[in-house]
Amino acid sequence: MSTTTVTPTSTTPDVVQENPVSHAVRAVGVQNLSLILAIAALVLVIGSRNSSFYLASNLKTIGMAVTISGLLAVVQTVVIIMGGIDLTVGSVAGLASVSSAMLFTHAGSTVSFVGALAIGAVCGLISGCIVVFGRVTPMIATLAGLIAFKGVAQLVSDGRAQGYTGADPFYIFLARGSVLGIPTLIWVLALVAALVHVMLRYTRIGRNIYAVGGNDTAARLSGIKINRYILGVFILAGVVAALAGILITARTGSGQPVSGSEGLEFQSITAAALGGVALRGGKGSMSGTILAVILLGILLNGMSLLGVNPFWQNVAQGSLLVAAVVIQQLRNGERRVGLPK
Amino acid sequence: MTEPDEVPRVSLQARGIAKSFAGVRALAGVDLDLPAGKVTALMGENGAGKSTLLKILTGDYQPDAGTIEIGGRVVSFAEPSDSRAAGVRVIAQEPEIVPFVSVAENIYLGALPGAGGAVSQRRLQDQARIDLARFGFDGLLDPRARGIDLSPAQRQMVEIVRALIDEPRVICFDEPTSSLSDTETTVLFRLIARLRDDGCAIGYVSHRLREIFEVADQVTVLRDGQLIGTRTISDTSESEVVRMMVGRDLSAMFERTSHEVGEVALELAGVCTDDVTDISMSVRRGEIVALAGLVGAGRTELALAISGDRPITSGTIKVGGVAQKFRSPADAIAAGIGLAPEERKADALVMVRSVRDNIALAVLGRLSRFGFVNRRAERELAATYISQLRIRTPSMSQLVQNLSGGNQQKVVLARWLAKQTDILVLDEPTRGVDVGAKAEIYAIIDELAGKGVAVLVISSELPEVLGLADRIVVMQDGRVTGELTRAEATEERILTLAIADHLSSEGVLP
Repeated sequence: MSTTTVTPTSTTPDVVQENPVSHAVRAVGVQNLSLILAIAALVLVIGSRNSSFYLASNLKTIGMAVTISGLLAVVQTVVIIMGGIDLTVGSVAGLASVSSAMLFTHAGSTVSFVGALAIGAVCGLISGCIVVFGRVTPMIATLAGLIAFKGVAQLVSDGRAQGYTGADPFYIFLARGSVLGIPTLIWVLALVAALVHVMLRYTRIGRNIYAVGGNDTAARLSGIKINRYILGVFILAGVVAALAGILITARTGSGQPVSGSEGLEFQSITAAALGGVALRGGKGSMSGTILAVILLGILLNGMSLLGVNPFWQNVAQGSLLVAAVVIQQLRNGERRVGLPK
Repeated sequence: MTEPDEVPRVSLQARGIAKSFAGVRALAGVDLDLPAGKVTALMGENGAGKSTLLKILTGDYQPDAGTIEIGGRVVSFAEPSDSRAAGVRVIAQEPEIVPFVSVAENIYLGALPGAGGAVSQRRLQDQARIDLARFGFDGLLDPRARGIDLSPAQRQMVEIVRALIDEPRVICFDEPTSSLSDTETTVLFRLIARLRDDGCAIGYVSHRLREIFEVADQVTVLRDGQLIGTRTISDTSESEVVRMMVGRDLSAMFERTSHEVGEVALELAGVCTDDVTDISMSVRRGEIVALAGLVGAGRTELALAISGDRPITSGTIKVGGVAQKFRSPADAIAAGIGLAPEERKADALVMVRSVRDNIALAVLGRLSRFGFVNRRAERELAATYISQLRIRTPSMSQLVQNLSGGNQQKVVLARWLAKQTDILVLDEPTRGVDVGAKAEIYAIIDELAGKGVAVLVISSELPEVLGLADRIVVMQDGRVTGELTRAEATEERILTLAIADHLSSEGVLP
């Protein structure tokens, strides 16, 4: 560059010295910090009204209650970061639940476990193919899947609970067992969340998922085979949803086509949005989602402890989703003109 | 337009305009005069505050301090409709066009003529035809064409007609020529001259110095949110304006170094796609070849085909003498071809991710072991290119969306430097980039060629083409119309090849 006359300018911004408090806030993130504060406030309010909230047994109840919706929230986070959305997760869990129970009756627990996961994978593959090859937006493709997979679950089960797994040691271990004093269910959620967290944060696959969600054209022109990522993420969503379905079977002792899984897609999206996952894709983290799952679990548990009419729970969840997204959009600086992007 | 003597001559005076966003000062007490019957160019590097100032004039933003006077009366714009009512219009750089309705409907959007809610398509078309002719766009724009089918230049024309039918007295153009070819620019400049002679006060924002000296009567320069000064065009020079803009002396914008040209790296033989026909050309190692032509000549489409993003219907692409069949950009990258696309924000950068992530995007494979990204290697890589390309960012974790246009472009270049591709295709690498960063980007391209990279540059700015290229391939309507060496090339020759057909058939040339 010897012949150029460009000189470095003095416009390089100086590094701003921060005080320790704002540094800590930056490290945890505003989003996570507000979730932690919200959880703390909720715990104080509920605990002051009903002291049995603090009982170890109740904490376990909360933990076990959030496992199933938590698993779906974890995988929904990945789908949304990639710029998609998966409304089928609840229905896939239901289909996997009846399938696992029916497979168990005929072929035992191993086949039922693996078989149900495989069915979840196939459901995810179908959604992914509709999106990639049919050019249908994930919202519409999985809305169709939401109703269609539910229909399949009802068809194979004739709409009734199937099988009985309540006497099988594997299913008993899943539902009521514990390792190191912590229930198996919570281990499952923790393990899946940790694996997905590591994938998102430390692997090439995870980083490319963020890139696809942030700008798919840029990702494609940088050599990322984005169709593979879309298919892969939908398959992952199907498998994890099926795992949640197996846990539903374990907890209830039989396969449930609809009850136990209906509406879980909604909770998973609420948790992801509350956790700060950008619904436009490209931004978000596992820690935020997990905190949001805990917040939702405590809220629902507290409402039933305090004897609130259960129908209010739906109203509360709906309000939370709207609040979470409104905050996101305001922080994005969305202009209040026309249909939002 | 109406008779000049009937029209009130109205000037705009802004005094002490200040505006901050979340504590960041965008404008610090700026004065701006747009006198009636004059074209005032507004110049400054990206981030100097030009856009903010324009948005205050349109009522999109409200200033924190300062006053605006129009024709001697103090006005305040709470929203865009107030500013329009006061006779101020800003012609947007990227106009909003409704895709599936006609040009005529797009022009009268929000004020469709008609009685009792019924719109007569025929009356609408006739009205549009009259208005288009009034502003000299007849023959360039069919009022029945749908919004989606318009070229960027035609979209710009729709926006101009939209603004002018209200007969505003203060008109600001925001980089109107960035999507126009030189011929279309000529038409625009004639229109601006007419508006000026009619007594309108005209503001003109542009990065193109040459244009300013052609169209403007005076130039006002902003830097870092402050007014640097106003000069009468006849009393100033390009170098003075540049000095005012950058606050430093750029005695020469850029000078090519000469280096050795090696064997053929990229060779196209009879390449056809849906948009281009029978393209044959080659780029050698260490050579910079420019693809010149008008907007819409098929250059971007050709770049996408070379980069594996558009299918080739016939013909061959050879890389290093080996014929290639690309099914995806990944294939082209594997063969050693990198593309920096025209639309940086839309097609090249992941705006919500960091500078580091964006630089490493194409080389994560190399930085990974067993699928895990080596974060230290990644940081080192990013740090290397941030300092080598002088990417101005507070840190490598800064989101790319917070960088200026020039620095964003450098991030894209850094990505391909990191990938070390043998062939680089750069589509309008300096569009929307300020003067200082432009020179730096030229130097980077020159240095790459010096290292033996084969560079294909698409550019609509003729001085850029002439300054940068060893050879110039000119395209028109999807075909190559000629090739010039650096020694043969002049602006006139390139333009002649780029518009050869238009000369006879459409007659848009002066």
